[in-house]
Amino acid sequence: MKNRSLVSIDDYSKEEINRILDLAEYFEENPNQKILEGKVIASLFFEPSTRTRLSFESAVNKLGGRIIGFTDSSTSSVTKGESLNDTIRTVSKYSDLIVMRHPLEGSARFASEVSDVPVINAGDGANQHPTQTLLDLYSIKKTQGTLENLNVFLVGDLKYGRTVHSLLIALSNFNPVFNFISHEKLRIPDEYKLILDELGVKYYEHSEFTDIISKADIIYMTRVQKERFSDPVEYEKTKNVYVLKNSMLENTKENLKILHPLPRVNEIDEDVDDNSKAYYFTQALNGVFTRQAIISSILGLK
Amino acid sequence: MKENKKLQVSAIKDGTVIDHIPAKNLFKVIRILGLMNLENQVTFGTNLDSQKLGKKAIIKLSNKFFEDEEISKIILVAPKARLNIIKNYEVIDKKLVSVPDKIIGIAKCVNPKCVTNHEKVKTKFKVLSKSNVALKCLYCEKITDEEHIEIII
Repeated sequence: MKNRSLVSIDDYSKEEINRILDLAEYFEENPNQKILEGKVIASLFFEPSTRTRLSFESAVNKLGGRIIGFTDSSTSSVTKGESLNDTIRTVSKYSDLIVMRHPLEGSARFASEVSDVPVINAGDGANQHPTQTLLDLYSIKKTQGTLENLNVFLVGDLKYGRTVHSLLIALSNFNPVFNFISHEKLRIPDEYKLILDELGVKYYEHSEFTDIISKADIIYMTRVQKERFSDPVEYEKTKNVYVLKNSMLENTKENLKILHPLPRVNEIDEDVDDNSKAYYFTQALNGVFTRQAIISSILGLK
Repeated sequence: MKENKKLQVSAIKDGTVIDHIPAKNLFKVIRILGLMNLENQVTFGTNLDSQKLGKKAIIKLSNKFFEDEEISKIILVAPKARLNIIKNYEVIDKKLVSVPDKIIGIAKCVNPKCVTNHEKVKTKFKVLSKSNVALKCLYCEKITDEEHIEIII
């Protein structure tokens, strides 16, 4: 993994994923150490993403590294018409590693081709967000003790949600059963069902959010985005159907944990927050340890 | 009947005949293979009658022979093309166009948000299906299927 960019979750094998998760556990126990001393990490956010950026910056700071960069493209030379090619080539001369968020899909792959230093994709449009996937996996492993043989329910926007798609692919290494719950317009795309069929992964599709969740080890909730609907009335109806409430958790398994990539709107009622099965805020904290693991592994420091 | 065929396309001594090109894609084949820059004798005919394609085109190239990899680029516009290799007026070999694993710089990615449609980046695709050509963009990872393939050179 040393010196290799992380653009897509497919870039890592099952063994490499496991290695990152083990390292994340190590950093959770020892979050503050100066192994990045003298290293410069470029943090290039061509579009704002507060949560992801702060999580990366927190990871670097805890390890004693320095950060250069910008938080949205209006404060960078992009406004002068500089191409992505030129920006990346230049910044790669100033830094040991580039963390990049960009609205164009495939931009991170392109950057990894022209950069002298490794690139970590912190989200390229609707395409990939592999560090989110790794932190989701870490959260699942930490709460379940394993990634193998789990029954995972994915709820909400399964059509456009990139976190859902990457998580499916990554978890398929570990013999899961998937249950998909969504509005018919937001169902999981056929291309992902084809991949699951080819891998022999079992999955079931449902349009109703009912007591079938009693079988779940993990419920992964996602936000239904308003811009996906042309009819605002339809949006209002849909968003209120796939809402998780505390009362629905009564007959669920002891080991069940509820995950959400955040930000949420109303799809998890606030009355769930105090339930011990709610895990989404701890999940966000896990992002720091996972990113510490990814950065130090790519820089060959761990 | 034989007489008629001779009139449509005259013979070459040595070289390659590319047959069964869909008539509407003749000029795309010429662009993809860069035939406009060749110094060799090139003759082509188009809107010829074809049982397979309705209207077909044919290109005859004197003293020009293709590597499989080079000719495989036309798979996107002439998947049923056949190559006749001519030596001393005789057809010594016939070849079909093979499907390449990757297509570089010929087709446009269908995804308007793909980086290749905004920056100066050569498109790169993995060829997914060998029968109905589908291309997976190696940048944005979206699939461009056969009916949406647009040639950009």
